Amino acid sequence: MKKFTKTMEFKPLCILIAIILVCGIISGGDFFKVTIVDGHFYGRLIDILRNGSRYAILAAGMTMALGTGGTDISVGSIMAISGAIACSIVDERILGGLHGNVALAVILALCAGALCGAWNGFMIAKLKVQPMVATMILLTAGRGIAQLIADGKIVTITSEGYYSISGGYLLGFPIPMFIATGVVILFLILTKGTAFGMQVEAIGVNQNSSRLAGIRVERNLWIIYILCGITAALAGIIESAGIKGADCNNCGLMIEMDGILAVAIGGTSLAGGRFSIISSVIGALIVQTISTTIYAFGVAPELTRVAKAIIVIIVCLIQSQAFMNKIKAVGIRRSGKEAQAA
Amino acid sequence: MENDLILRMEHIHKTFPGVKALDDVEFSLKAGEIHALLGENGAGKSTLIKVLTGVETKDSGTIVMDGREISPKSPIDAQNAGISTVYQEVNLCPDLSIAENIFIGREPRKRGAIDWKSVNEKSRELLKEFDLYLNVEESLDNYSVAVQQMIAIARAVDVKAKVLILDEPTSSLSTQEVEKLFDIMRMLRERGMGIIFVTHFLDQVYQVSDSITILRNGSFVGTYAADKLPMLDLVGKMIGKDFESLEAIPKLSGEKKDAEELLAIKDGATNEISDVNVSIAKGEVTGFSGLLGSGRSEIARLIFGADKKTSGTTFIDGKEAEIGNPLDAIKRGIAFCPEDRKKDGIIGDMSIRENIAIALQSKRGLLHKVSRKEADKIAQELIDELAIKTPSADQKIKNLSGGNQQKVLLARWLATDPRLLILDEPTRGIDIGAKAEIQKIVVELAGRGMSCIFISSELEEMERCCTRMFVLRDKKIVGELSGDEISQASIMKRIAGENKA
Repeated sequence: MKKFTKTMEFKPLCILIAIILVCGIISGGDFFKVTIVDGHFYGRLIDILRNGSRYAILAAGMTMALGTGGTDISVGSIMAISGAIACSIVDERILGGLHGNVALAVILALCAGALCGAWNGFMIAKLKVQPMVATMILLTAGRGIAQLIADGKIVTITSEGYYSISGGYLLGFPIPMFIATGVVILFLILTKGTAFGMQVEAIGVNQNSSRLAGIRVERNLWIIYILCGITAALAGIIESAGIKGADCNNCGLMIEMDGILAVAIGGTSLAGGRFSIISSVIGALIVQTISTTIYAFGVAPELTRVAKAIIVIIVCLIQSQAFMNKIKAVGIRRSGKEAQAA
Repeated sequence: MENDLILRMEHIHKTFPGVKALDDVEFSLKAGEIHALLGENGAGKSTLIKVLTGVETKDSGTIVMDGREISPKSPIDAQNAGISTVYQEVNLCPDLSIAENIFIGREPRKRGAIDWKSVNEKSRELLKEFDLYLNVEESLDNYSVAVQQMIAIARAVDVKAKVLILDEPTSSLSTQEVEKLFDIMRMLRERGMGIIFVTHFLDQVYQVSDSITILRNGSFVGTYAADKLPMLDLVGKMIGKDFESLEAIPKLSGEKKDAEELLAIKDGATNEISDVNVSIAKGEVTGFSGLLGSGRSEIARLIFGADKKTSGTTFIDGKEAEIGNPLDAIKRGIAFCPEDRKKDGIIGDMSIRENIAIALQSKRGLLHKVSRKEADKIAQELIDELAIKTPSADQKIKNLSGGNQQKVLLARWLATDPRLLILDEPTRGIDIGAKAEIQKIVVELAGRGMSCIFISSELEEMERCCTRMFVLRDKKIVGELSGDEISQASIMKRIAGENKA
């Protein structure tokens, strides 16, 4: 059995705990305060879990794409599309025959995400377009499609059922948390319970060799990008439920960068190869904690991005093996000198 | 004579986690000498070179260059000390021009900007010394590997090196190109340069080398004058046993007259090759012989479904079998060790265990995961059976020597229990000990009833292993030999196009 300290998950988990502890201390304990109102838990930590769910869901899909050495930068636009479809159906603007059925709206929005993912898969697996370029097509076109669906307007809805996808509670905890947990468990079953994880990693390390070892590279890439599309659609549904409407211009804007960042902080190499879904989820929580904290501490709005950047740099340095080796070397030299002096 | 010494390495030690890579090794080089550094894979040649060139730092020992002690910490350190290296894989930038490659990092400047005119002129002059008249402004990848290698040497020489290290320079060169390289080496020797020549080709050692240093298992065996060490003794010293034990591989007892057909291709074609008609018998080692690029690998890839078949039919056990991709082939019991081990074979960043289990996993399908326990068991059995040298199955495959990587690939396929094993250049770039082992394995497998396709440029090894042979020239099968007809002479005749003789 491998020691826990040697696993991919160890470092990101330490970083997450450290950030939360530091925040807790600076805030004088407010940060940790969880209160119960109407049987629901409230507090910063709960906020992080609720808002971090979107990132965690996205990161699960993104990890697979990055694991093959690819990427998917269209997730933000897919979020906009799925939000637009779900909200328009709930608001009976399109497909009036469904009478605003929330469950059907969600299912159709997820299907739309899968379709977008299939398009990406087609470009990448079949036409061999570089993933960054292939997904850039939907990145730019996707918001246009979303606007066409929403007729160029911001669709606001009034449906308690739909709101609860983001704002609801189960056993006192926010519902998005359960959705994210479910997604992560499904991905874990897929990658660990089957050989899919190993094959994804092999494709990321050496696609030629993988094919000649009998791995169906094309099929696997299709699956991965479709999964990315579905996770993005799910994140889009949660976000639109949170703002009670579909804002095609802003839903999931730049979120692909946060998604990639979460995976990178989790320690998966963007060049492909070894990956860990759990690590990425921890990475997603780190990204969310940073954002939440910055707002919580009332950092001036014009400084928030800079503050975020600084924290991200520190986290990335800790994750960089080369940097840590250098630090260690300096430390050893110091202690060596001290020993000599003594 | 002591004064001629330009480089002296003494009591060099280097330990990697779990492995003593160099144990009290010494090496000295005179000016105007070509000195061969020999040893099996994993003997410590590469590590010694890496220590000398600053890629790795030695644990202890001294390196004296020109009477001055040096301890290079990086390749640049070594270069400044006068040590230049040309590696096996040419490490130039293929998209840059020849001139840019020669002067990269040290371009002559004029008022801050790079002086392209003098870059090109100087490059032309430099290459003239090597008898190379090329358009130096053209990008490098328009030229053959041989030319690229010459350019790498030219660059190395031009940085005013006193010691030139050539690491396996001939492994991808044709015979004429090798001759040309040797001429250049001799010319540089005349100029008083010391050359360290690392190679697997023992006959080439005797063509150019003045002295020979042998390493075995990280230890120094000895330094000898080339003309005083017969090849048999040399091999004996490299592997630490007598050469006879290698020769003892039994040649398969001729063609099996009653052998049934396992696989046949009728009028097969891909984009690379057409009109392929071959038949592979059960329990035989079938050779595809021919020059590099004659179509031998292309047929192998066609059989395995690695290249898309454009026409033709494959028959297995007399029944038509559709093989559209490698997975189809694997499911039907075909296995394929490709020619380019690094690019198409190993999955470098993954463990030996995973590299072994991966094809079996593909054969079983995504949902039937090979458990960790089972993978461990299979890997360990094959590591033992094939005598793969590694501390554990957790080791990344890229950390192994070439011969051991090849054995892991062999293990990958043996784990799938194949009926037909295709080996494309399985012994290229690996040492004579591992080579003999792999030949032995192939012959044994055939003895157990497995069919093999064996592809190699080395006729001697083809003669020894194959019971039947197809000879190819210019992407066409020009001859079929079997049993006693197979000899180096008969193969060569057919390759040369004298099949009627």
